[in-house]
Order: sequence, then structure tokens, then C-alpha cells
Amino acid sequence: MKFSDQLEKRFTELLTHYPIKRSALIPMLLYAQDEVGCVSDEVVHEIAARLDLTDLEVRNVVSYYSMLHTKPIGKYNIQVCTNISCMLRGAENIFDHIRKRLGIGHKQDTPDGLFHLEEVECIGACCWGPALQVNYDFHESLTREKVDEVLDRYRSRP
Amino acid sequence: MANLVSHPDEVRVVSKRFGQGATDIDRYLALDGYQATQKALGMGADAVINEVKASNLRGRGGAGFPAGMKWSFVPKQSPKPKYVLCNGDESEPGTCKDRLIFEHDPHSVIEGVIIAGIAVGSHQGYIYLRGEYRYLIEIMEKAVADAYARGFLGKNIFGSGYDFECAVQTGAGAYEVGEESALMESLEGKRGIPRVRPPFPAVVGLYGGPTVINNAETLANVPHIILGGGEWYAGLGPPKNGGTRLFCLSGSVNKPGVYELPMGYNLRKMIDEVAGGIWNGRKLKAVQPGGSSVPVLTADEVDIAMDFDSVGKAGSMLGSGAVVIIDDSTCMVKYALRVMRFYQHESCGWCIPCREGTDWLKKTLTRFHSGGGVRRDIDNIQYLAENMLGRTFCPLGDAAAMPIISLVKKFRKEFEDHLEGKPCPYEDHGKIGQLPVLTAYDHRAADPWTHAH
Repeated sequence: MKFSDQLEKRFTELLTHYPIKRSALIPMLLYAQDEVGCVSDEVVHEIAARLDLTDLEVRNVVSYYSMLHTKPIGKYNIQVCTNISCMLRGAENIFDHIRKRLGIGHKQDTPDGLFHLEEVECIGACCWGPALQVNYDFHESLTREKVDEVLDRYRSRP
Repeated sequence: MANLVSHPDEVRVVSKRFGQGATDIDRYLALDGYQATQKALGMGADAVINEVKASNLRGRGGAGFPAGMKWSFVPKQSPKPKYVLCNGDESEPGTCKDRLIFEHDPHSVIEGVIIAGIAVGSHQGYIYLRGEYRYLIEIMEKAVADAYARGFLGKNIFGSGYDFECAVQTGAGAYEVGEESALMESLEGKRGIPRVRPPFPAVVGLYGGPTVINNAETLANVPHIILGGGEWYAGLGPPKNGGTRLFCLSGSVNKPGVYELPMGYNLRKMIDEVAGGIWNGRKLKAVQPGGSSVPVLTADEVDIAMDFDSVGKAGSMLGSGAVVIIDDSTCMVKYALRVMRFYQHESCGWCIPCREGTDWLKKTLTRFHSGGGVRRDIDNIQYLAENMLGRTFCPLGDAAAMPIISLVKKFRKEFEDHLEGKPCPYEDHGKIGQLPVLTAYDHRAADPWTHAH
């Protein structure tokens, strides 16, 4: 399996960081997922081979980390925090609003494959809640109107 | 990018360079950058440890362990390489301070890591950030590359003959990895499951070598201590609680934000003045003074000094500096349920009391909050939580149990008000049907034990 030149460069650089190869596993899985779309069987097999691990050892790790997923999801992963600090400022209403607007629930995708929705645990935006992340981008101090703007912005991206 | 706030009572040490463009290495150098590292190289290991001991700097991740003492536990001679780890896995609900340090002052963290390395005789550091903080990983990677380019990292740093390598590592979503030994497992490419101690990390840690692991805020304070002196730093706070703290004031207040205040600052004043009081004309009901893992304080218990010892005396913990402020429109049963849903989701499953306890508690609280509770559930919730205390390899079991025990003790009436099939009396009933726990929340999809992610 071939990754982009940029990712190959990152992998090569990563392996120089540690005394053992296996330490590169978690970053490699996450960066590979960013490029491929998910940690597919092919990705598992490829990374296992590169790090002298069995596929099973890699799967064992994949199943532990909440950001890694084995099936493709919508292009924009909307992760709404509803933990205490955000909840106290109305995060449940925000989650509900998005649910209704997109017509999907927790861990579901819109039929056009554009959005994936997830209710997530604390994302470290507690003082700026309610907050959500779209892929890696933070959107904070949310209101329903602001959420609509955010969704429209991603929808109209080329 | 997170908004910065300010208040006249702030004492800026670790947040001194916030908003000053210090991500740029030249700007950082103009703001006294890398002076502390050079000074520490001249001082030598013992003098650095003594300075940090004198500063009364205590761990900012939550446990409050004296940093200088932690460093002194690392054996001088070791056949295996020693390591310094910066814990930037910041995941305790309510905590968002390390994020600002990485965003505004990344080089101060690198300096802290190098100085800790000098103190314990280590030549390799790792800065571990949670995977969700991708933009911060990019900032930190650039900062590390810039430091290498200037010869501040690598072989013979500052021409001192001392070698120090440093790398940035990303996590991939796991609260448990913020626990020191689980972080080491994760850095070794494994599931983040806690290790049995002893041996402690100072003796057997990462790759089996002696390891120092400190929170990002702890390490970012170290250069200031080296430059300003331990005595100066200790004097900023009450005895045995040196310095300042980044307090994350969040929840039901008018001006939430991260404020740097001296240790020992009054909690009531923090809520009423610094955070601008309770929002929407409501009243204070409760506070979690150190993140979601600590016992709650009621509105009558907030006239206390915010340092490790005083908050401990008041029956709670200073924890990670996350002050979660709860107003009187909040149902405390629902609050307990939200806290427990978090711990159930994040339990790594290694220790049975935590794995089973959090799951039972979540199920019971879900049923209870929706009106299906019976009187003996209340004592049962308490009993289950108490039986998790001290019975797990890592503090996550205690972290899940402590808030629940305090909530049942201090807000028992609210639990009783939910009995006999009554819907939650604290909320607009129209809204109840929309609660994610009752409708949108798909337990099977979110359950790590039956479904892979």
C-alpha cells in the first residue's frame, strides 16, 4: 500500500523519534486515517507489516482509541461536546438542533456522505462552551445561529 | 483559537507571554526565552532540583505532588536511558489551560522539558498531546523544529556539551491516557492501560527506564522558577503551595475563561468577581473546584482558599484547576448522570470495580433520572461508588466515585424528588424528551464493549 509522499516522509521521520518501532503506531494510525478516510483492513495490514507487528496487535490498539474508526464516515465529522461545562451552557440543545437539521443521530452519516455526527466527551473547550469540532477545527461559544453558519460554510465548500 | 480574558487580580507568570506572539522563536527570545535553560545548564542537576523544591511547585495535572521531590526520586545512575515526558493529554472535563500554553507559549514547554532533563540526567524528552489538539501539535512540532535549527535541542545544546533530543507525540482519543503509566503504554504503541505500581515511573517508566512525567503547566512554570528563583515563586502562594495557577472558570457564569490567579485565591471571589457572577440572574448551587473527578462543594462551602491543602480540608480537591460552576436551574441527578456517562465511556476496562461500577452506575442513574427510580437505589448508588474507591490500579475509579458520593450526600433531596415515577422536577418537562440519554443517545453504538469504533 502506498501513502502520499508527504505521509511517507512523516512516517520516516516518526521512526527516528523512538528506540522501538512500535511507538510510531498510534500517530501512524491517526495520520493514515486522515489520508485514507478510515483505518481499513488494508491500512491495518500495511502498518502492522511496517512495524513488525501482527494485524491482531494493531487491531487491539485501534479498538481502544476513540478517534480511530474502521469504517469510512462522512467527510466532515461534527463532534459535539456535551460534557459538564458545555452541558451547563446548553450543549444538549445544540446537539439536538444539529440532529434535527441534518436528520441524523449519534454516529450516523448524512445520505450524501458530507456529514458525520458524534456526541463526544470533553474536547478541552470548557471555557468557550458549548463547543464542537469539525474534523480538527474548533467552533466555540455556539448558538443555534452560529451552528447554522458553521454547517452552511462546510456545505458550500468545494 | 481560544479567546483570552483578563482580570486585575491576575498574577501572570505562566501566562505572561499569552497573546505576545511567542510562538515565533525570535519573539520568544526577545521575551527572555531560553535564558532559563542556559542558566540551568550552568547550575547543574542538584542546584536545579533544589531550586524547584524551594519553589513549592506542585503538580498541575491534578495530584499536586511536589515536582522537585518527584525529580529527586530518579536514580542518578541508571543502566537504561532516562526520559522526560510532558503530559499534554488534557482531558479532564472542565480543563482547557494546557491548550492555551501550547497555543501561545510552546517554547516554555520545551524549556521545561529540557530543564527537567538536566535535573534528572535525561537526554530524551517527549511531549504528548491529545489527538484532538491537532492544531497545537502543529504549533509544537514547529517550535521543536525551530529549537533544533538554533541548536537549542540536539547535540551539544548551547555549546554546553549536553545533548537533549525532544519529539512531539499525538494521542488518538482516550481520557485514560492522561494517567501517567497509561500514557507510557500509549507512547510504547499500546492500549492505554495503567501499570501496576511499584515500581514507580521514576525507577521503571517509559521503555523500562527511569522516567519523569509532569503536566504541561507544571513544566511551563519551571523556566520562570529558574530565572526568578524558587523563593520568589513560593512567595506568590500560601505555604507549601507555591506560585500561581491557571484556573479554568467554566459553566454557569457571565465571564468564563482561563485566569491566572495566585494559589490560595478565594473561591467565592473567583466566582462572583473574576468570573463575573452567575449568569441569567440565577443563583449558585454547587461547584466542582478541580474538574469532574472531585467532590462537589455546595453554595455554602465556597468561602475557601483555592490551594491544594485548603480545598482538601474542605472535603474536595484542587485537581486540575478546572472550576465548574453550577447554577440553581441544574438538576443534580442529571449532572451525576452526565459525569458517570463520561467515566463509563472512558474506563479502560482493566480493573473490574471501575469497569463494572461505572456501567452499573450509569444504568442506574439513567433509569433514576427518567423517573424509574426506587428509594433503595439512592443508597445503592452510594454503595456502588464507595466500593470503587481505592480498588483500582489507577485513579480513574476514584475519580468516577468521588463526585457521585458527594452528590448523593449533599443533594439527597434532589434524588428523593425523582422517586415514584415523577419526571425530573428541576427541568422544563417539554425538554426532557429531548435529552440525549433518553432518545438520541444510542447506548449500543457508544458501548465500547460490544461495538468496535
